[in-house]
Amino acid sequence: MIHQYKLNGYNIVLDVYSGSVHVVDPLAYDVIALYETTPADEIVRQMLEKYAGQPDVNEAEVREVLDSVEQLKAAGKLFAPDQYENMAFDFKNRSTVIKALCLHVAHTCNLTCSYCFASQGKYQGERALMSFEVGKQALDFLIAHSGSRRNLEVDFFGGEPLMNWDVVKRLVAYGREQEKIHNKKFRFTLTTNGVLLDDEVIEFANREMHNVVLSLDGRKEIHDRLRRTVNDKGSYDIIVPKFQKLVESRGGQGYYVRGTFTHANVDFTNDIFHMADLGFTELSMEPVVCSPDEPYALTEEDLPKLFEQYEILATEMIRRKKAGHGFTFYHYMLDLKSGPCIYKRISGCGSGTEYLAVTPWGELYPCHQFVGDEKYSMGDVWRGVTNTALRDEFKMCNAYARPDCKDCWARLYCSGGCAANAYHATGSIRGVYDYGCQLFRKRIECAIMIQVAEAGMSKSE
Amino acid sequence: NRIQTLDTRDLAQSAQGCGECQTQ
Repeated sequence: MIHQYKLNGYNIVLDVYSGSVHVVDPLAYDVIALYETTPADEIVRQMLEKYAGQPDVNEAEVREVLDSVEQLKAAGKLFAPDQYENMAFDFKNRSTVIKALCLHVAHTCNLTCSYCFASQGKYQGERALMSFEVGKQALDFLIAHSGSRRNLEVDFFGGEPLMNWDVVKRLVAYGREQEKIHNKKFRFTLTTNGVLLDDEVIEFANREMHNVVLSLDGRKEIHDRLRRTVNDKGSYDIIVPKFQKLVESRGGQGYYVRGTFTHANVDFTNDIFHMADLGFTELSMEPVVCSPDEPYALTEEDLPKLFEQYEILATEMIRRKKAGHGFTFYHYMLDLKSGPCIYKRISGCGSGTEYLAVTPWGELYPCHQFVGDEKYSMGDVWRGVTNTALRDEFKMCNAYARPDCKDCWARLYCSGGCAANAYHATGSIRGVYDYGCQLFRKRIECAIMIQVAEAGMSKSE
Repeated sequence: NRIQTLDTRDLAQSAQGCGECQTQ
């Protein structure tokens, strides 16, 4: 399978199953499009007719392009066959270790963000804080089920984790004790809205947190529209100076500023550029996922505008990088040269198998977005994963599990997509959240184009 | 050149899986 598209002056051909990327001129672009379905002589006839006015396109030239395509095919770099399907169905028998836990240390929040998937931090349940004892057991559970893996990731999540800060600090101290005993290395991370950031938190985070995720939606009027305090005030002016101080004190590394865009700001690149103008360089901006009935829900009519925005973002990122003041956009981070192997590309994020979320009461869920839905309870940190049938279901939830993905060129980049989004959109973790797929495909097209541009390849026309 | 090819990891070769990647 191949995918052909034109973007920013480049004619790009992605060979799906080899991972090869080609940049071609208009003649080669047309020849490749016909190659698998049309006899060579007919391709020659059509090309000579189409390019009749161009002196450099003659029969010998077209046949030379056909030869080049044949050579690439023989080398496995074009029209490569899908040889991974059987591999995908061995995944159920694969033994997995647990690599990461998301600790819900606080099911409560000091903001009331309208679009919060966690229902203002409560996850459709009661307000709660994780006790040190539950958190300690969670770390013990992770160590015990991590096999020979050394690096273990633990994210302090909520709600707002800074509302249970003393427990966070005690758990980090406990983890540091245990890692020496068990030859492990904890990489602690923190996801925060920033309201409670102060010098003490910043100093501790800089010392102990491998990464921090800072929630900011962009321009003040956009951010304050939906991210409001419990007293119904905007939070932008409270958090931005704190984020700037934190990022500066971390040397500009080990953080992401992460926003959500909605129907209210389909011009979301302006929010990303605003973040960059505030001095932040590690950026992420996600489309809101919610019921279509919500006033801030993205609509079908928004899609063309969103596609255009992703293209604007890509070309502006190339320009800014050349000018010496580039920034990183999470979804355009694409390592084509030494990126993930085919096993990782098929198996996806690891939810429900290598990654679990832990509630304040010690209950285990496939990921933070399933917390509160009892059907997806997997066990607890004392007894471990008891719902092994559900774990097997997540093991098999991969790039080859969804019939709707069969003809999608992007499935080895999304690994079949987010199980939680699929579940919330269709009622099944093997469903397809089509709106998200359309945005994902556009982002991958842009990300590949950036790689092509940064490799110094000539434009196609 | 009519066809330029980017230097990319060969996925078929990558089938020849250490499992050390994070939840690359």
